[in-house]
Amino acid sequence: MHRRDFLAFGTMGVGGLILPSMFGKVIAAEELNSVIDVAVKKALADAAMNAAKSAGATYCDVRVGRYLRQFVITRERNVENIVNTESTGVGIRVIAGGAWGFAATNEMTKEAVAKAATQAVAIAKANAPTQSAPVQLAPVKGAGEVSWRTPIVKNSMTVPIKDKVDLLMGVNAAAMDAGADFIRSILFLVNEQKYFASTDGSYIDQDVHRIWAPMEVTAVDKATGKFRVREGLSAPMGLGFEYLDGAASGKTVLPNGVTVYGNSYDMKEDAIAAAKQARAKIKAPSVKPGKYDLVLDPSHTWLTIHESVGHPLELDRVLGYEANYAGTSFATMDKLQANFQYGSDKVNIVADKTQPGSLGAVAFDDEGVKTKKWDLIRNGKLVGYQAIRDQAHIEGKSESDGCCYADSWSNVQFQRMANVSLEPGKAKQSVADMIANVEDGIYIIGDGSFSIDQQRYNAQFGGQLFYEIKQGKITQQIEDVAYQIRTPEFWNACARVCDASDYRLGGSFFDGKGQPAQVSAVSHGSSTARFNGINVINTARSLG
Amino acid sequence: MSILSEAQAKAILTKVVGFSKADECTAQLTGSIRGNVRFARNDVSTAGITDNIELSVQVAYGKRVGIATINQFDDAALERVVRRAEELAKLAPENPEFMPAVEKQTYKPTPTYSAATAGITADYRAKVAIDSIAPCRAEKLIAAGYLEDQAGFVAFMNSKGNYGYQTGTSADYTCTVRTEDGRGSGWVGHNVQDVATFNAGEDIRVAMRKASASAEAKALEPGKYTVILEPAAAAGLIQFMFFYFDARSADEGRSFLSKKGGGNKLGEQVFGPQVNFFADPAYPGAAVYPWDEEGLPRGKMPIVENGKLVNMEYSRYWSQKQGKPAMAQPGNLIMTGGTKSTADLVRTTERGILVSRTWYIRMVDPQTVLLTGLTRDGTFYIENGQIKYPIKNFRFNESPVIMLNNVEELGKPVRVKGDEADAPMVVPPMKLRDFTFTSLSDAV
Repeated sequence: MHRRDFLAFGTMGVGGLILPSMFGKVIAAEELNSVIDVAVKKALADAAMNAAKSAGATYCDVRVGRYLRQFVITRERNVENIVNTESTGVGIRVIAGGAWGFAATNEMTKEAVAKAATQAVAIAKANAPTQSAPVQLAPVKGAGEVSWRTPIVKNSMTVPIKDKVDLLMGVNAAAMDAGADFIRSILFLVNEQKYFASTDGSYIDQDVHRIWAPMEVTAVDKATGKFRVREGLSAPMGLGFEYLDGAASGKTVLPNGVTVYGNSYDMKEDAIAAAKQARAKIKAPSVKPGKYDLVLDPSHTWLTIHESVGHPLELDRVLGYEANYAGTSFATMDKLQANFQYGSDKVNIVADKTQPGSLGAVAFDDEGVKTKKWDLIRNGKLVGYQAIRDQAHIEGKSESDGCCYADSWSNVQFQRMANVSLEPGKAKQSVADMIANVEDGIYIIGDGSFSIDQQRYNAQFGGQLFYEIKQGKITQQIEDVAYQIRTPEFWNACARVCDASDYRLGGSFFDGKGQPAQVSAVSHGSSTARFNGINVINTARSLG
Repeated sequence: MSILSEAQAKAILTKVVGFSKADECTAQLTGSIRGNVRFARNDVSTAGITDNIELSVQVAYGKRVGIATINQFDDAALERVVRRAEELAKLAPENPEFMPAVEKQTYKPTPTYSAATAGITADYRAKVAIDSIAPCRAEKLIAAGYLEDQAGFVAFMNSKGNYGYQTGTSADYTCTVRTEDGRGSGWVGHNVQDVATFNAGEDIRVAMRKASASAEAKALEPGKYTVILEPAAAAGLIQFMFFYFDARSADEGRSFLSKKGGGNKLGEQVFGPQVNFFADPAYPGAAVYPWDEEGLPRGKMPIVENGKLVNMEYSRYWSQKQGKPAMAQPGNLIMTGGTKSTADLVRTTERGILVSRTWYIRMVDPQTVLLTGLTRDGTFYIENGQIKYPIKNFRFNESPVIMLNNVEELGKPVRVKGDEADAPMVVPPMKLRDFTFTSLSDAV
C-alpha cells in the first residue's frame, strides 16, 4: 500500500467504529509519553533466549517492541478523527535444525516469552525436514548494551493534541481563504520503541521517530464540471515535530516561483499555494503528447527511484521469494555479475540506512546489524543489491547490508528497502542552469499517479505540477501529463544531475511487501535531474 | 477464545454499555483466527496463525466523541475502557458532522459462515502448499503462492437497544507459476467463503497451463483492441467501483458522477445498456454482514440498471443534509452477465486480445476515472475464434466508465477479489471494444 491509498483509508473511518486496528489498540494520549524500562526488556529477552537455547536453538533473536502511532484527520473546518494506538509485545525468531521458526506474544511476562520461544523452536524443527538447505547467516559481532534515538528536537508524541488540531485548522482555513473548495489534511506520527537482543551478544535499545503531514487541496469549477487536486509538497521524514516549524532554511523557491521544502515544512504556506495552483490546473492547457526532455524535481523523482531502482534491487525479489505478491525483478543475478549498464555515467545510486532525517535511519537493523551506506549503481553500472543476513552469501558477500525490518513485534522481520538515493552531480549546476539548456521540455514537481510492472521494466508516472519549457525558458503551466518509461532506457537517458545544494528527500510512509503484508517507511533523495527524450502521453479523456 | 458465542458476546456488551455515563455508548466486539501458509521457489517459506479479539467502545457527549479499545475482558478492564473513551470524548473537539447512534434495527441473518472454512487446520494448509508445489516440481515449473483463511465474528450493542451478532469465514488462495527460464508466467486465484468448493490441486493446473502457454510471446503494437478480460482481470478495474457511487463527492463536484452546474447524475444513463450492478448482503457465495459500518441494515440495493444509475450511496450525515433517505453502505458488489464462459467469448471473437490478469492499477485522473495498469500472467492474441499465440504484456490507460460503454458481451459472473480490496465482488468475463493499450512491457 502506498501513500495515496492510505489517504483513501483516512476517509473511510469517519464516524463509525472503524479503527486502524492494523496499528494496534487505541490508547489515551498521555500514554504516548511513557517507555518500558530497559531492564524489564533485557530480562524478557534473556528469558526468551535461555528458553530457546534449552529447547535446541542454535540462534535466537528477541524483539521487544512498543509501537505508538497518532493520527489526526481533518477536512475543511472539521476534525474527523483523532486516534492514538499502541501495540506492545515480543517477537522471537530462532534457528533450530537449520530452519527458521518464529512466535510472538503480547504477554509481557518471562513465562509467556519463554513459552513463545519454545514454540518458535518447535516450528523451526517442524520446518527443518522440508528445507532444501540450512539457513546460512552472515556473521555479526555482538554490539553489547547500546542505545540510539532518532535525533529529534521535539517529540511529536508530547505535543498537545490541541496544538495539532489548531495547526491543521489554520492550514485548512488558509487554503479555503485562498480559493480551495475542499481540503483534507492529516498528521501521521510514529514512535517505534524497539529493543533487540540476540544470542550474538547484542542488547540494542532504539527509539525511532517519524512524521508525515499530507494534504489534498481540491478546486472545483461547477460551470464546466472540472475539478483538480493538488497534493502537498511535503515529505514524510525521520524527524520530530520541528519538521512543521516552517523554518526559512528548509525552503527553496524554484525558477518558476514554486516553493518546495527540505528539512522543514511550512504547511500553511504550501496549502495557500496548493489552493491557487489547483485552480490554475483547471485552466491550464493540455499537453501535446510526444518525446520531451524532462526536468524532475526531487519531490517527484523519489517515487521513480523507489519503483524503478529501490524495488528491483531487493535480493528477495531477484530470487523469486516475492513472485506471488510484490513481484520479481528484471535486474537478475547475471546482470549484477556483468555490471549491467543500468543508467548513464551520471547515475550513482546509493543505499543508506544512516542518513540523518531519513525515514529508514537507525543505528542497527531488526536483526542487530550495524547500519551503513553502500553502492547499488556506480557510474551507471549495477554493482549491488540489498541483502540481509541469510541472503548475503547468495550475493557472495560476507556481511549483511543491514536492511532487515519488521513493522511490528508480531510480524517476522525480513528484507526491506533501505533509503535509496541518487547522488548529486559533482559539477556545480543549479536548477536554473539546467533549465536554460532545455529546448523542448517539461518540468515536473511533486509525485502523482504511479504504476510499474511486476519485474520493474515498464512504468508510468504523473505528478502534481507540470510546466512547459521552450528554448531554455519556463513558458506556462500545463496539465494531463504522464510519462512512460522502460527502466534501463530511462536511467540511461539521465543527462545531468544538479549539485548537492539542491538535494532533498522524498519518501513513502507505507510501502507494502510480504504476505501477510507489512508496511515500511523509506526515503529517497536526489537533486533535480534531467532525462532526455522521454515518452509523454496525454491523460485527458472525454466521457461524452 | 477468539470466536465468542452469542451468549458470551452479549454478556460482555451488556456490561460495557451499562458502565457508560455518557450521552450514548456503542460497543463492538470483533474476533478472528487467521491462518496462513506462504511458499516460494517450490518450498514452504512461512506459516502461522494469528488469534485476536478486541473490544471497541465509542461514547459521545453531545457532538464530542471518544473511542477506546481493549483486549482484556474482566469487569475492571471493561469499566476501564469505558472510562478511557469517556475521558477522550471530553477532550475531543466537537464534530459538526456527528451523527447519533442508530436506533434499534432488525437485521436478517446472511450466510457468511462455513464450518469447512472455520475447520481449516495447519495440515490442511500444508496440503494446499504441497498440492501446489508438487505438480510444478514434476513439470519443472516454479510455484510461489499464499493461502490465508479466517473465521471470525462481530457483535455490537448500543445504549439505544440496537444489537447484532454474526459469524463469518473466508479463504483466499493465490499462486503464481513461472517457467524455469522465466519466459512464461501464469496465475490462479480463488477467493471463497466456503472451502468445500476449493481444490488447490485443480486450480494449480490453470496457472501451470498459462505459465507454459505464455512463453515465446510475440510483440503486438500498442493501440485500441477488442479485449476479453477474464473475471480476475476485470476485477482489477471494477474494484474502483466501490468508491464510485458516493453521493457526497458527486454533489461536491468532484466525481465523474458530478453534473455540470451542480448536482449528481442519479437517474442518468452512465454505462452501456448491458451493464447492471447491485449489492446484496445475502448473495450466495459472496454474502456479507447484514449491517454497515454505521449499523444500518443492508438490503438488496440496485445501483446500475441497464446502464442507468438508479441509486447512489448517501451516508447518514449526507442523507440528512440533502433530505434523502439514508441507505446502508454496500458490502459487496455484484455485476450481472450472461451464461458464457471465457472460452465461449473467445470462440465468437474475430480478432482480439485475451487478458488473464491485470496488475498495479492506479488512478491517473479522477475526473474521468482514468486508470493505468498492466496485463500479466498470460496475454494472448485471438484470431477467428481461436487463441493464436501469447503476446507480450501491455500497459493500459483506460477508464472503466468508457470501458463499460464499450461492452460487446458479458459472460457468466464469478466471485473474485481485487488485489487491493477485501470486499467480495462478483464479476463476469467481458468482451470490450476499443480498449486502450499505450505501451509494451518486457515483464513476464
